[in-house]
Amino acid sequence: MSEIPGDLKFLKSHEWARVEGDGKITIGISDHAQGLLGDLVYVDLPAVGDRVEAGNACAVVESVKAASDVYTPITGTITAVNSALADKPETINEDAYGEGWIFVVEAEEPDQLNDLLSPDDYAELLEDEDH
Amino acid sequence: MTQTNAPQKTVLNETHRALGAKMVDFGGWDMPLNYGSQIEEHHQVRRDAGMFDVSHMTVVDLHGERVRPFLRYLLANSVDKLVKPGKALYTCMLDPQGGVIDDLIVYYLGETFFRLVVNAATRDKDLAWITQQAASFAVEVKERPELAMIAVQGPQAREKALGVLAEVDRARIAKLGKFSAAAAQTADGGAALFVARTGYTGEDGFEIIVPEDKAVALWNALLAAGIRPAGLGARDTLRLEAGMNLYGQDMDETVSPYEAALAWTVALDEGRDFIGRGVLEAQKTAGAPRRMIGLVMDEKGVLRHGQVVLTANGEGEILSGTFSPTLGKSIAFARVPAGELPLGSAGNVRVDIRGKHVPVRVVAFPFVRDGRPQEGI
Repeated sequence: MSEIPGDLKFLKSHEWARVEGDGKITIGISDHAQGLLGDLVYVDLPAVGDRVEAGNACAVVESVKAASDVYTPITGTITAVNSALADKPETINEDAYGEGWIFVVEAEEPDQLNDLLSPDDYAELLEDEDH
Repeated sequence: MTQTNAPQKTVLNETHRALGAKMVDFGGWDMPLNYGSQIEEHHQVRRDAGMFDVSHMTVVDLHGERVRPFLRYLLANSVDKLVKPGKALYTCMLDPQGGVIDDLIVYYLGETFFRLVVNAATRDKDLAWITQQAASFAVEVKERPELAMIAVQGPQAREKALGVLAEVDRARIAKLGKFSAAAAQTADGGAALFVARTGYTGEDGFEIIVPEDKAVALWNALLAAGIRPAGLGARDTLRLEAGMNLYGQDMDETVSPYEAALAWTVALDEGRDFIGRGVLEAQKTAGAPRRMIGLVMDEKGVLRHGQVVLTANGEGEILSGTFSPTLGKSIAFARVPAGELPLGSAGNVRVDIRGKHVPVRVVAFPFVRDGRPQEGI
C-alpha cells in the first residue's frame, strides 16, 4: 500500500480531493479503492462545463470485477477531465494520487472541504475496515 | 454447511500469500484472486504459460465391479465413450427433473476404478447425491481430500511442465492426447502425479493432481520452470473467453443442459436409462423453453451477471459477463427465451445497463480459442 500524500482530503467513499494553487480542486479515487476494484478497464468521465453538486455521482470507474460511482465532494463546475484515462484506465491502478486524477472542479463553496477526512482520519478508517 | 465457518485453505495458501496474492473467499475457500494484475495473468496464459491452484476442487474415486453401469445411470454423457484407460469425459450430473446438479470430468482408470473431479462449492450435495445413487450398485465412493491440484495452462505450459517430471516419464507424457491422463513422477524425489491434458482456459496444458505434502515443492518447481502464477480472476476471464460454463452462474438445478448450451454433452444413446433422461427427451422433442447465447458488446462498459437482456423473443438475463482482455471489450453468456436470433447486430439484442439499453451482438462461442479471437467475434 502506497503512502497517503499529506495534502489530500478524503471522502469515506474513497475519493480524494487536492486543492491546487489556483484554488481549483482535483478529484480522484484512493489507492485503497483502486486495489479493491482491481484492474480498471473503463472510466466514464463527466463533461467539462457540467455543474456538479457535492455528493453527486459524476464519473464511473469500471474494473473487470465491478463498476463504481465516483462522487464529487465539492459543488461547482467541471473545468477539466483526465481524458488520457479513456485509453489508459490502468493509470489509476498505477498512480491513483498522481497521473490517475479524474476531474477538476471550480468550487462554489470551498468550505465544503472542511467536511472531508484528513489523511490520518482516512488511514484510520481503512484500518477499521480491515478489522 | 461451511458458509458460517472460517474459509478453508489449500496447502498452497501460505505460498500464495508469500507471492503477494490478493486473497478472496470462493465457495468457502480462501483462494488467490490475483498476484497483482489479473489482466497481465490472463495474457500470460494466452501467450506463454500460467498456473492455478485448483486444490479446492473435489476428487472422488469410485471403486467396484459395477462402476461403469453406475456411471451410465448417474451421468448425462455416456461413459461408454471411454474405452482406453486414462481417457476423460466432460459431463453433467442431473437430477430427475433434468436440472444440473453439477458439471464434472470423469476419468476411466480401469474397469473397477473411475475418478471424478467435481466443483468445490457443490462438494457436499455432490457427495451426498453420488453416495445415495451408488448404494444399489455397491460402488465405493471415496473422497480424496489429501490430493492437491495445479493447472498449468498456455501455449508453452506443457513444454515447461515436462521439465519438472522424471526423465523417464517425459516422452510418454509429452505424447499424452487431449482429454487423457496418465501417472508420472517428479524429477526431484518422485512425487506420484496424475497428469491430465485438460483445462479451463481454452489453452493447451495439464491439470496435475499431486499428494498434498508434495504440492508446494511441485508449485515451486513449476515456478522455477518459468510458469507464472495466475489467480481466480484470470481463470474466470480465460474460461469465459473459451466459452466454458461456470456452475452456479451459467447453470444449476433450475436449468437443463439444453438451456445451458451443453447439448453436446448429452448422449441419448439407445437403451441407456440415466437420471433426468425423460425430461431431456421431452425437451428435445418439444424444444427447451430457454436457450443460452453468446454476446459481445462493442460499446464501452462491462456486461455483468443479472443485467436484463432484451430480445425480440422476450426478456432474459446475463449469466457470466466480463471484460475480455484478449478482445478488449465485454463478452457474456445470456439465457433468453427460445427462438431464433440472427447472429451479429441483426439479432437486435440490447442489455439494460444502469437504465440505458445498450446494443450487443449475438455471436457463436467460444469467443477465443488457442490465443486467437474466433471468426465473427
